Amino acid sequence: MMPTNGGAALRTERVTRQYQMGAALIRAVDEVSLEVGAAEFLALLGSSGSGKSTLLNLMAGLDRPTSGAILAHDRNLAEMNALELARYRSRTVGMVFQAFNLLPRMTLEENVELPLRLAEVERSERGGRVREALERVHLEKRLSHRPSELSGGEQQRAALARALVNRPTILLADEPTGNLDSTTGLEIMNLLQEINRSLGMTIVLVTHERPLAERFAHRIAELADGKLVSSGSKGVSGGQA
Amino acid sequence: MKSGVLTELAVRNLRVAAMRNSLTTLGIAVGVASLVAMLSLGVGLQQLANRRLARSGLFDTVFVTSRANFPGFGRRSSRSSLSSSSNTSSSASQPSNSSSDFENSTKDREPRRLDDAARRELEHLPHVVEVFPQIRFVTEVRYNGNPLTAMVAAIPDSARGSGSFDNIQGSFFSSPTADEAILQMEFAKDLSDQPSSLLGKDLVLRYAERRVIGMATGAQDAEGQGASGAGKVSHSSSGGGPGKTLAAADPAPENQGISIVPRDKTLRIVGIVDTEPAAGFGGLGSGRVLIPLKLGEALRAAQGNDLRDILRGSGTRPGYANLTVRAESPSQVQALESAIKKMGFAAFSLLDASEGLRTVFKIFDLLLGIFGSLALAVAMLGIVNTLVMAILERRREIGILKALGAADRDVKQLFFLEAGVMGLLGGTLGVGLGWLIGRAVTAGTNLYLRRQELPPTDVFAVTWWLLLGAIIFSIAVSLGAGLYPASRAAKLNPVEALRYE
Repeated sequence: MMPTNGGAALRTERVTRQYQMGAALIRAVDEVSLEVGAAEFLALLGSSGSGKSTLLNLMAGLDRPTSGAILAHDRNLAEMNALELARYRSRTVGMVFQAFNLLPRMTLEENVELPLRLAEVERSERGGRVREALERVHLEKRLSHRPSELSGGEQQRAALARALVNRPTILLADEPTGNLDSTTGLEIMNLLQEINRSLGMTIVLVTHERPLAERFAHRIAELADGKLVSSGSKGVSGGQA
Repeated sequence: MKSGVLTELAVRNLRVAAMRNSLTTLGIAVGVASLVAMLSLGVGLQQLANRRLARSGLFDTVFVTSRANFPGFGRRSSRSSLSSSSNTSSSASQPSNSSSDFENSTKDREPRRLDDAARRELEHLPHVVEVFPQIRFVTEVRYNGNPLTAMVAAIPDSARGSGSFDNIQGSFFSSPTADEAILQMEFAKDLSDQPSSLLGKDLVLRYAERRVIGMATGAQDAEGQGASGAGKVSHSSSGGGPGKTLAAADPAPENQGISIVPRDKTLRIVGIVDTEPAAGFGGLGSGRVLIPLKLGEALRAAQGNDLRDILRGSGTRPGYANLTVRAESPSQVQALESAIKKMGFAAFSLLDASEGLRTVFKIFDLLLGIFGSLALAVAMLGIVNTLVMAILERRREIGILKALGAADRDVKQLFFLEAGVMGLLGGTLGVGLGWLIGRAVTAGTNLYLRRQELPPTDVFAVTWWLLLGAIIFSIAVSLGAGLYPASRAAKLNPVEALRYE
């Protein structure tokens, strides 16, 4: 894991992302400036189409801003080339998606091992790290199962293990409870909180569920129509399910 | 990403869509198989032709004759005819040089005689396997008391491997000096309704033995080894029975001549051949009764050129009308022919015809290769289709890979590798399939040949370079086909790919 210095893990400076949709120019993210501290659990809250997922993709290095800067550990993603961005996605950030995005043809073990392969981690080291990540999400006994053999909650836990296996400093979660029932969703949120606390990992959670954000995040940044409307509310109120 | 990891992922991906990838791989295999089959056929036919031609002795022999045998030899006014003759003789090489050499060497001096000394000299030239004279004479053959006229040809022991005797009924001569004969099938039919019943039977050759008159016994013996020693024919000819001298001669050189003595020779029939054997240029095609060469030489039978030599006044010493020089391989014929010409003899070979044949086969191979490649081109479109479909199907997977840290290059290499693996598998399978096609066609061809009562042959030649080349070609073509899909996959926007359902 990359060491944190107590400063900003992520910072966006007047970031704009616009798309051409026919004749119309859509500003999905409109000059958003936001700072996420090291080991902070930030919730990006907003309704559908508010630009929160687009902002998260920009932070993940999956997309490039039209203007502005995104700094991860003081390195500007907008200035990185494709290979540097790939390396950043591989080693600095972990991602969790609403749809889990596990590869259905691979077993759980192989899915979790994939980021290690992409990061060219030695084979001898891979097995231990896969088991460690799966133990953290309590799936160590489901190594040889395929995603289709797991429940939604288990799949999301497996996705979380995959996001953690390369020991990133930043975890980006895009509506991780969106496809889960409330109980399972709470389980996942508890896991995220536990990871944040025990590993000191910076977490940016995208959600449209205000209660969850208020319950688990240190801070809530709210987006509407691509603009940041608030970014400083609330501290963590507890967090146990 | 490490190549081992990439390969593992590629093989896994291929295994997952097993049916579609198998069909694509099979398409490649069929393409490679057709290519291998076509080229194997081309190479096989070429090798067959080369083998047959080499065994026929047509392309590894040089036919040598004295320049005195050319019309108009030694006459300064006959420049055009000399050039023409020389050009014919040097069909393989340096026609203009040999033409001028020929003129220079023949203007002011006697042409070199083709005698025993020349034969020994020819035998000592590099890469010469054997040197033998052509012995052919028309004679009377008696079987069961019935006389028939036939051309007798003496053949060297090396003709045994010429291919002409592959289907012989009976056997080849037991030794180069055996009193044995092999009959040409048509002639055997003239002798008996059941040719095979002739094997082991005797026939009698009644031939004209040539004796030089007025020479010492030793000289005559030497002449006997040569084919066409000659002297002046005596004008005092008289009729005579067997063993009776036809021409008398004075021992003085100017009165030397030959006598023709009727002789009988009993030969055991040991074999019957279907085809007319050919053994070297100007070969033995017309021989209906074949005898061993050394026996032929020992018979000292009068031949057609004897009278010509005597009339020309050059026949006082023993010599040969011509000699056939056989080289170790066709590649040495050209040098050998030049060396023989430098010795002062006229020399012919069929090397030019062989070169022409090789060119024809190269073009044949090229055409077969093009037709074979068409199937591979279709297979290549199959790969493009499969991989493009895979991109659509695996769009989300590509997005996930990129989200997890795969670079564009990694995705490109992954698709590229999948195409390569399909090429390798398809190529290997295709080579096997092509080999099987070759075996099947060969078996079918041989079945047909057997029904036509012809010897079996191998019309396909699957060489190691062809197998290796086909696999490499298959991989190269597959990689080429994978270029576009791989590049398209690499350029996929991960955000859009992740949204894809």
